[in-house]
Amino acid sequence: MLKIECPWCGERDQEEFQYGGEAHIVRPERPDTLTDEQWADYLFNRANTKGVHAEQWCHGAGCRRWFNVLRDTVSYVIVAVYRPGENPPGGGE
Amino acid sequence: MSTARRLQRGGLIDRSRRIRFSFNGKDYFGHPGDTLASALLAQGVRIFGRSFKYHRPRGIVGAGAEEPNALVQVGEGGFSTPNLKATQVELYEGLTARTVNGWPNLAFDIGAINNRLSRLLPAGFYYKTFMWPRSAWMRYERHIRRAAGLGHAPSLPDPDHYDKRHAHFDVFIAGGGPTGLTAALGAARAGARVLLVDEQTQLGGSLLFSPVLIGGRTGIEWIAELEAELRSFPEVTILSRSTVTGYYDHNFLVVNQRRTDHVGPGQAEPRLTRERLWRVRAKQVVIATGAIERPLVFDANDTPGVMLGSAVSTYIRRYAVSPGRSGAVFTNNDSGYQSALDMASAGMEVRAIVDVRKRPGADVLAAVSTYDIPIYQGYAVPSVQSGLQGLKRIEIAKLSPCGEDIVSHKGLVDCQVLAISGGWSPAVHLHSQSGGRPRYDALKACFVPGRPVQAERSAGACAGSFTLTACLREGADAGISAAAQSGWPGGYVDIPAVEESVQAPLQPFWEVPAGALSGNGVKKFLDFQNDTTASDIRLAAREGYRSIEHVKRYTALGFGTDQGKLGNINGLAILAKTLGKSPGEVGTTTFRPNYTPVTFGTVAGRTLGEQLFDPVRKTAIHAWHVRRGASFENVGQWKRPWFYPRDGEDMHAAVNRECLATRNGVGVLDASTLGKIDIRGPDAARFLNLLYTNNWDNLQPGRCRYGFMLGEDGMVMDDGVTTCLAPGHFLMTTTTGGAAAVLTWMERWLQTEWPDLKVYLTSVTDQWSVMSVAGPCARTVLQRVGCDLDLGGDAFPFMSMQVGQVAGIPARISRISFSGELAFEISVEANQGLALWETIMVAGRDYDITPYGTESMHVLRAEKGYVIVGQDTDGSVTPMDLGMDWIVSKKKDFIGKRSLSRSDTERPNRKQLVGLKTQDPSRVLPEGAQLVNSRQEAQPVPMIGHVSSSYFSANLGRSIALALVKGGLSRMGGTIYAHLMDGSVVPATICEPVFFDPENQRGKS
Ligand SMILES: [Zn+2]
Repeated sequence: MLKIECPWCGERDQEEFQYGGEAHIVRPERPDTLTDEQWADYLFNRANTKGVHAEQWCHGAGCRRWFNVLRDTVSYVIVAVYRPGENPPGGGE
Repeated sequence: MSTARRLQRGGLIDRSRRIRFSFNGKDYFGHPGDTLASALLAQGVRIFGRSFKYHRPRGIVGAGAEEPNALVQVGEGGFSTPNLKATQVELYEGLTARTVNGWPNLAFDIGAINNRLSRLLPAGFYYKTFMWPRSAWMRYERHIRRAAGLGHAPSLPDPDHYDKRHAHFDVFIAGGGPTGLTAALGAARAGARVLLVDEQTQLGGSLLFSPVLIGGRTGIEWIAELEAELRSFPEVTILSRSTVTGYYDHNFLVVNQRRTDHVGPGQAEPRLTRERLWRVRAKQVVIATGAIERPLVFDANDTPGVMLGSAVSTYIRRYAVSPGRSGAVFTNNDSGYQSALDMASAGMEVRAIVDVRKRPGADVLAAVSTYDIPIYQGYAVPSVQSGLQGLKRIEIAKLSPCGEDIVSHKGLVDCQVLAISGGWSPAVHLHSQSGGRPRYDALKACFVPGRPVQAERSAGACAGSFTLTACLREGADAGISAAAQSGWPGGYVDIPAVEESVQAPLQPFWEVPAGALSGNGVKKFLDFQNDTTASDIRLAAREGYRSIEHVKRYTALGFGTDQGKLGNINGLAILAKTLGKSPGEVGTTTFRPNYTPVTFGTVAGRTLGEQLFDPVRKTAIHAWHVRRGASFENVGQWKRPWFYPRDGEDMHAAVNRECLATRNGVGVLDASTLGKIDIRGPDAARFLNLLYTNNWDNLQPGRCRYGFMLGEDGMVMDDGVTTCLAPGHFLMTTTTGGAAAVLTWMERWLQTEWPDLKVYLTSVTDQWSVMSVAGPCARTVLQRVGCDLDLGGDAFPFMSMQVGQVAGIPARISRISFSGELAFEISVEANQGLALWETIMVAGRDYDITPYGTESMHVLRAEKGYVIVGQDTDGSVTPMDLGMDWIVSKKKDFIGKRSLSRSDTERPNRKQLVGLKTQDPSRVLPEGAQLVNSRQEAQPVPMIGHVSSSYFSANLGRSIALALVKGGLSRMGGTIYAHLMDGSVVPATICEPVFFDPENQRGKS
């Protein structure tokens, strides 16, 4: 069971959180202007990263806030947590 | 039974006290300190069970968690526990135990016929033979499972309590042997908060049966000294009779503490729970789980009397039991010689030491030289012979120089016990569970821990260090460094001097070649519990299996309750040899939690029953429904009245009556369970526009609107009526089951995608009691109840909401209807709900007001063709598929809109919602029935759709159904066929899904 640091509440057990998949997927401004392929890319295609992965978590049994986590999908080590709208530490995205 | 096998002196048992117990219905006794296994061995019991597949008689092999054979069901009634290992069961007065495997009894066993047919039962036999055709498996399964045994789940409620404890420690130490003890001392002296977990009754591990002196003291004395010091630290916790069952991510470890099993049912302090599950976060972990001795693989190596050398020593030294009158040793390493010494010192006649090595260690040779024991160097035991009481004699044969072949038959030696040692397997289970990958050490011929992935280190025998000196040193180092890395430097341990022999290297030896007595159908067993043999592994390789994970599943190697603690290593080495690889290239199977089985009671802990397992939600009116004799339906966690049967009514009769009463008079439904979300803020309408498919800009205060919510994939996710209470203030209703998910969905969009929107969400589901008064007499009844509003159709139109008083109670009243009837939905504060409901029931008495449940609600809405999300939709249905294009705005964007114009969502032949009328109006189709185009078609028959809702409508006097049918909207009037499970074919006519009052005159009236 992961130990996750909620940016607002601090370290808690994983069972308080819900997983939300890959982070930084921005909903297109004008979906109606996209081709089927472009829309499908937003809707379905994910990086499936092996290594450090930016992902969303929700502290559902706590403050109910969503935030971002950088987690290594091999070792499960959590590299960083940061709030929505913030860039991942160490640049990127 | 005699106690002939109990030694007069020595051991860690209390001979002054007797404990009576029964085994398979016979009475025995033992002493405090005994296990069930040691007490039975002391009284001459040799056969403990029958094997899983061939039902061969089996005896004790080990002395701890690795024991594969002696599985017992302990205790009676609700206390009973199946599949305990007799080697781990402590005796208590009155204990009853039964063999789990061996129906109908140990002596005569029907399954033993499998033994004679064994050539017909190779690996994969059950898959190959019984799994197809399926009907055959169903016929055999019961008998096979019964013959296979493995205990019975107790059928009575468990009278005991179990609990869980959450804890945090600086240093977590798994294993209380010599390594774990010095680790604990090093960490404790540094000041760290330490948890030391040990599986056994008392600390000490291998020292409990070792003759080695530590700093001039016996092992027992040294343990006592160390334990006393450890207990003097307030920050040190010691758990005995506790197993580290799992090592999970981020140094989360689970410990199963057995608190009262050793005193028996009803004997413990009442405040004690029977078992406790510790859920521990540790900053640093020291794994000191020791090593498990490895059997040697030869013909009939499963014969009762063939035991691990360490087990023989344990029974002699710790339990003061000599397992037989005469013995022999078969080994490939020095540790077998200790078993010979222990047997000799116990007065057993040791008739041979058979060592596959040409050069045993000089120290051990010197040690056994004081006894007159024939030593065969460069020899093996290719087979053994048994009598009724197990092992009778062993065959000794000379090996070729490389050990691959038998050169000559040496002869037979009579003995009752054969102590075997194929070397030691480090218990790398926890390291592997933590994410580490064990690597093969060719020199030591074993898997040792690889690079740590988490904050853990292995020390001592579980790291491949097999001398006591190394264990003490590595333990101390590990404990000191673990403490330092968790913030507590300065630990220290003085390692005492140990006098132990210098070890000569072992000679890897995975399988003994066939001898003079072999070849008559007997087998070389790898996994005793599953009867997996060396030839099964070779067969799997011949049939194309390469990965050890696949071979494991095909042959069942390591699948038993012992999880292959003994045999897996031999199996993978034989596979490696067959494939021409090294054991390191084949690798181990994954070690998964749990290390040993955990009872369901422990897993459940306190979270039992309605209150704590899965909380039950009841509406404020629940007590009334119960008094009225309602049958309830579970909807999520809610209990909803399903129907209200009157005397003698079945469900069908009750639902027909409720539906007729609502259409012809007045009915009332408790609708409190629908999800309710209060939405406020200047951007609330903008947000609703994004969530719902239709337009919300123009909804005025006091007006209600029905909406569909889609996933971004365009599929219907939830629906409900949302009311504008005031500018920038809405009340959304959701489906009963979808409430929490919808709130989470809305929060997510607001927080992650549109944080600029000023919208605030509050769940108010539980704050309101909601009742729907529906039917032609609804208005009259509500007027009789007393309402300060003009309820007339002009003053209070359909799809509007007003705030007023009902029976003097402040209420929100909405004219919305899911039944299609004139209906008023009244919401009051939850604590007023029951009072208002009762008032309405009294006021409606003259109109025969009828409470109706969810079943009638479903029938009434189906008559109107209203869908239920999750019943008539399944996550693959768009609003267009439901024929509800009118609810989808063309102008604005909303979640899921773009997906509605994808090529797949626009294609013509999608499944679409239609009504079905069976041609025999009395025939009600089962929900889920598959629909096809004709009575008889060539297989495979194309599936055209399925029935999603189906009822008998009392109002229409016929059956009605909703169905999702390919291209259904263009097939009105056509015929379709439902193929049912009983083989019958029911024709039905496709029709519009609205069966009743299509103009909705009644709802608007
Ligand atoms: Zn939080």
